[in-house]
Amino acid sequence: MIATIKRRTLLCAAGAALLLSAAAVSGRQPNAAAANSRQIAIENFAFVPATVTVTAGTEIVWVNHDEEPHTVNSIDTAAAFKSPPLDTGDKFTFVFSRPGRYTYFCSIHPHMVGTITVK
Amino acid sequence: MDNEHALSAGSSRRNLLKCLAWAGTGIAWTVAGGVPQGSEIGFGTAALAASRGFTFVQISDSHIGFKGAVNPMPDATLQQALDHIARLPLRPAMMIHTGDVSHLSKPVEFDAAQQILKGAGLDIHYIPGEHDVIGDDGKEFFARFGGMRRAPGGWYSWDQGGVHFVALVNVLGFKPATGGTLGAAQIEWLEKDLRPRSASTPIVVMAHVPLWPVYPPWGWATDDAAQALRSLKRFGSVTVLNGHIHQVVQKIEGNVSFRTALSTAFPQPAGGRGPGPGPMKVAADRLKALLGLRAVNYVPGVGVAETDITLA
Repeated sequence: MIATIKRRTLLCAAGAALLLSAAAVSGRQPNAAAANSRQIAIENFAFVPATVTVTAGTEIVWVNHDEEPHTVNSIDTAAAFKSPPLDTGDKFTFVFSRPGRYTYFCSIHPHMVGTITVK
Repeated sequence: MDNEHALSAGSSRRNLLKCLAWAGTGIAWTVAGGVPQGSEIGFGTAALAASRGFTFVQISDSHIGFKGAVNPMPDATLQQALDHIARLPLRPAMMIHTGDVSHLSKPVEFDAAQQILKGAGLDIHYIPGEHDVIGDDGKEFFARFGGMRRAPGGWYSWDQGGVHFVALVNVLGFKPATGGTLGAAQIEWLEKDLRPRSASTPIVVMAHVPLWPVYPPWGWATDDAAQALRSLKRFGSVTVLNGHIHQVVQKIEGNVSFRTALSTAFPQPAGGRGPGPGPMKVAADRLKALLGLRAVNYVPGVGVAETDITLA
């Protein structure tokens, strides 16, 4: 049990570190097509963080850190985004230009659900 | 869980069922004449040799294209599974593959899988896993592995060796936060398919995702399975063979026996053990004991008996 908790803590720390490094990278090298960039990690069968709020025009980059493939599939038709299967290390990018609330899931593991709120 | 506990004469039905719920630790279960009998995986071939009747084999979750550290060569382990089949004391009449033939639905993966599986020299009946239908709703999969007799949704049935086989597809139409889905059209088709058959016909159902809730938080369940099972209840012998979870788990409910199969590529943890249903990391010398195939023997008047055989 102790081992499990330790592992979870480590994984959380790893996730946080990834997000911090992503922010740092986009800060130094802003993408030409998007005003801002946010990274969402796919790890341990979850989108991390699962809920993200950004401003219109933000580019979201999903990166798969699992050994399992995952997809990023929008549920809402307003902004249909659908990634190809993302193998380990693969990225998928989508620019959210219109305000709204976009829910998405992994079509291979449907219990994986995330939400992007664009303001 | 231990074998003795499940088999001790005094153990109650509840205890037996509790033990049957997780059989992923190395016990295979066979059913002959309605009496569950445990046998250690790998030692069942002698029993198979002694039996008569009609034999077929099940392989599952070959995941050709997987490159994870636990088994970067799933093509080699699939080949080893076929080698085991070639050494079975009774030559199987055919093979079923319960899905996830490929890892990423790529044509190159399907090509490699077809090349290896052709070597078995057996008639193979396929159904897709969710890894086989990524991005195209199974178009590529069905073009390669679909027969002429299939319904538009990919499901089908056939009769062989006195058994009625039903192949169901429950990996299309995934919706957020759900498990596998059969859909109303397939459930209606199943009712019609079974209606003219007598209750004494042995039924074997194959589907990728388990047709009972093994562990719903990881999607190890088929949401509308209960509706499909209603039309199976009147039959005296129903065997449901699933894949998806890369370990042997069994449940018996009335005349219906549910069994998931080992993968030929990589093991997965028991439901809820760990952060998710990904490949389970095991030492290289343990891997083959967690991969395998299943031989199924049907003896008229006796019943259906399964033997899980590991690659160890």
